[in-house]
Amino acid sequence: MSAARKNSSDFLLAVEGLTVSFDGFKAVDNLSFYLDPKEIRVIIGPNGAGKTTVLDLICGKTKATSGSIKFAGKELTKLKEHQIVHSGVGRKFQTPSVFEDLTVFENLEVSYPKGHSVIGALAFKRDAEVIAAVEEVSATIFLTDVLNESAASLSHGQKQWLEIGMLLIQKPALLMLDEPVAGMSVAERKKTAELLRVITKDHTVLVVEHDMQFVGDIADRVTVMHQGKVLSEGSIEHVKSDPKVIEVYLGH
Amino acid sequence: MFDGYTSSELMSIFAMQGFAGLSLFSVFVLMALGLAIIFGQMGVINMAHGEFMILGAYTTYLTSGFFQSYLPGLFGAYFFIAMVLAFLVCAALGALVEWLIIRRLYHRPLDTLLATWGLSLIMQQAYRSIFGAREVGVDLPEWMMGAIQVTDMVELPINGLFVMVIALSIAVAVYLLMYRSGYGKKVRAVVQNRPMAEAVGINSAGIDRATFALGCGIAGIAGAAFTMIGSTGPSSGQAYIVDTFLVVVFGGAQSLVGTIVSAFGISQAQSTMEFFLSGSMAKVLTLLVVVGILMIRPEGLMALKVRR
Amino acid sequence: MKSSALVKWFVSREGLYYLILAALLIVVLPLFLDPFRLNMVGKYLTYAFVAIGLVMCWGKAGILSLGQGVFFGLGGYCMAMFLKLEASTPEATAIQSTPGIPDFMDWNQITELPWFWEPFNSFSFTLLAVIGVPMLLAFIIGVAMFTRRVGGVYFAIITQAIAAILTILIIGQQGYTGGVNGITDLQTLNGWDIRTDEARILLYFVCVGMLFLCLFVARFVENRKLGRILVAMNAQENRVRFSGYDVAAFKIFVFCLAAAFAGIGGAMFTLLVGFMSPSFIGIVASIEMVIFCALGGRLSILGAVYGALLVNAAKSGFSESFPELWPFAMGALFIGVVLAFPNGLAGLYRSYVMPLEDRLFKRNKAPANSLVKPAAAKPAVAKPDAKKTDDYDAMTDTFSPEKS
Repeated sequence: MSAARKNSSDFLLAVEGLTVSFDGFKAVDNLSFYLDPKEIRVIIGPNGAGKTTVLDLICGKTKATSGSIKFAGKELTKLKEHQIVHSGVGRKFQTPSVFEDLTVFENLEVSYPKGHSVIGALAFKRDAEVIAAVEEVSATIFLTDVLNESAASLSHGQKQWLEIGMLLIQKPALLMLDEPVAGMSVAERKKTAELLRVITKDHTVLVVEHDMQFVGDIADRVTVMHQGKVLSEGSIEHVKSDPKVIEVYLGH
Repeated sequence: MFDGYTSSELMSIFAMQGFAGLSLFSVFVLMALGLAIIFGQMGVINMAHGEFMILGAYTTYLTSGFFQSYLPGLFGAYFFIAMVLAFLVCAALGALVEWLIIRRLYHRPLDTLLATWGLSLIMQQAYRSIFGAREVGVDLPEWMMGAIQVTDMVELPINGLFVMVIALSIAVAVYLLMYRSGYGKKVRAVVQNRPMAEAVGINSAGIDRATFALGCGIAGIAGAAFTMIGSTGPSSGQAYIVDTFLVVVFGGAQSLVGTIVSAFGISQAQSTMEFFLSGSMAKVLTLLVVVGILMIRPEGLMALKVRR
Repeated sequence: MKSSALVKWFVSREGLYYLILAALLIVVLPLFLDPFRLNMVGKYLTYAFVAIGLVMCWGKAGILSLGQGVFFGLGGYCMAMFLKLEASTPEATAIQSTPGIPDFMDWNQITELPWFWEPFNSFSFTLLAVIGVPMLLAFIIGVAMFTRRVGGVYFAIITQAIAAILTILIIGQQGYTGGVNGITDLQTLNGWDIRTDEARILLYFVCVGMLFLCLFVARFVENRKLGRILVAMNAQENRVRFSGYDVAAFKIFVFCLAAAFAGIGGAMFTLLVGFMSPSFIGIVASIEMVIFCALGGRLSILGAVYGALLVNAAKSGFSESFPELWPFAMGALFIGVVLAFPNGLAGLYRSYVMPLEDRLFKRNKAPANSLVKPAAAKPAVAKPDAKKTDDYDAMTDTFSPEKS
């Protein structure tokens, strides 16, 4: 893939020694991994391995007990959630959390990276620039036809796409997706894989997933987690044939 | 404010105020336990909790009157009967209220607050209509009057001690019920994972009703205790509702031990300060300190670190 | 707004609702009511200020404050202090042991005007304080609570505690505040006697004017992206946070806005009624203000005004004829609104009357969900203007009863 790097600042995301413990239980235990720019990395692992917790830690939803998360040189563990978003990290949640009371258009508009302060939100005008951005993103996420529908009326798969769209419109450098195809039909999964391939031309993507076929479709590299630690890392073939991984996860 | 007293005098004052605070502590504990069960376990706010307490107090008042008129010989024992009656009456009303109103509002905590406030208005007016607007007092049986002289300066009122014994016994009983009984296990199961609890056959609606009724019943016993420290009027419950919530939240809504510690701390702080400051400033100061601490540590004193 | 847009608004459904309210308050009521009753309506309207604030912070943003009486009272006390000082000139108070200070201070053996009363000699300071003091307190509370993610029920109880604290403080410090009787016997505003009938009528119209001002401010906020953020925060706070918004800042903003409205209401109350006392600050008064909002419709600022008018009119009616029944009625109102029609009268209106309106006037409106824009031409062809103006219904909004 890429030649070995000595300097952690060459990576887009450098997680080092990350630990978080809840009342003594270490959900993430001295974890380290590194993301290259424009890479698609998938994290897999059995339930309870700490995969979602890692995403929570990066985006600031959970506070780390120790360790460092450097994103494009910035130390994320010191920032508040919205500051992390402004640094260029977008997070999609496992259960779609779109704004059901608003239309698809309004959902995307709210995510547009302008007018995020209180004054800004008061002054915000829906000008041509905003409309163009919303229309462009809605085309990418296959939702052009339902732009004026209430988000509540979307199917489960469409809501997932909408949430991805809400991240895309922020133009983040790193997109983090938690089980993006959970609950989707086969056709929707195909479309989502297509979507991700388009996205990764300009973004780095970190995905947590269970569906091995989907993982195979999209991953550049795979990180396997177990009990809060990295068990194995590499291309999907390398990971699939790693005896440690087979024993813990894939074997049966 | 401390000058003019020798240190031994101060110790005695603290001790006296401390014991004077015991009755207040007992009422706080019983009110807070009832509320903690309802709120801490079920997430429901009962703004009418003070009125349930007053219902228990009025029940005690009626029982006292009944015994005086018809069973004067047994008057000494009436208080125990009154406590049981207070519990039953309040629990029954609690079950009815849960069935009529609360069960429709479990996913809307703020609305529960408003609905139970409406209930408290109705209950207060009902008391006014039935018992009159003036406060009523309860006669104590002989054995409860007077005090035990511990030292020269320190006197312990018997009714205060008695009520404290009751409060602690109830607290222990509630703890055993919640953590050592089958019913308690079911309540905790429903709180932690309602769908699963129902899937294994627990009647969650019935558990909710029983728990709400239990909380109200304990408030009824608090009402009986309340008659020991003051006279009972239709709006007397109002004065305690904010304090009780603060006690519960301060102690960490999920922790029964925390509730007791918090009730003790707050009641002692208030009654001790009452000696040195005017009554109202003591109250203000206590509330300010509690609110201030809650602003710094919203989960209360003894809450566990929550896994987010 | 350009003049053509303005005219268009007036004949839109929302504009008509505002016109009806204006006609009611400015023309109909003054025509049919004597000055005494008109003054009472003015008093009811001062509560509407609080209710509008609650629509913004509770209905939209989900922040239930059970202590709005605090802000109402602070605004009212600021105005009362100014008026009291004006009525306590050395000539007017010559018989006191210390002339030149308010009478209740004299009764409490205070010999000098306390420092915090001094600035209220100035009318402009007072006007600033009426809005500024409540907003400052709201800001402090908001920063302390919202940055620590305290919300929901906990926040509501703490606002109650604050209302209790302030009430006890004011009553306890009667030398400085007038105690439980409050600040009374107010006479003139900058020399103009506010107790005459003509003055009261004029003050009524001033109150109506201020009310519409607040309505338009609220409507402005509601229609901007800020308004949508508030609603989104209520439903999906985390998603809003992770879309890059500092949620605490928005909550603080809307809470301060509600406090400012309440403060203005309190000041108008003092002017109309001629006194201010701690009974308007406490827990009971504060929760009553919530019911005005809840009955009118917690998501509708116009509904809030009607709610305040109706509940207070009912209260006066009951107090005259069946005083013992009023608490029962109010209790039933609380329970009924919460259980049966959580969207209040505005919600009922939307569900039952608006469809009739549609049929009657043959309007080709989109379905009841007012946030759904008509799915007209393909977005790619639509001009920017088509999405700009809204058919936003002032009376109603979507509301899922599941949220609280």
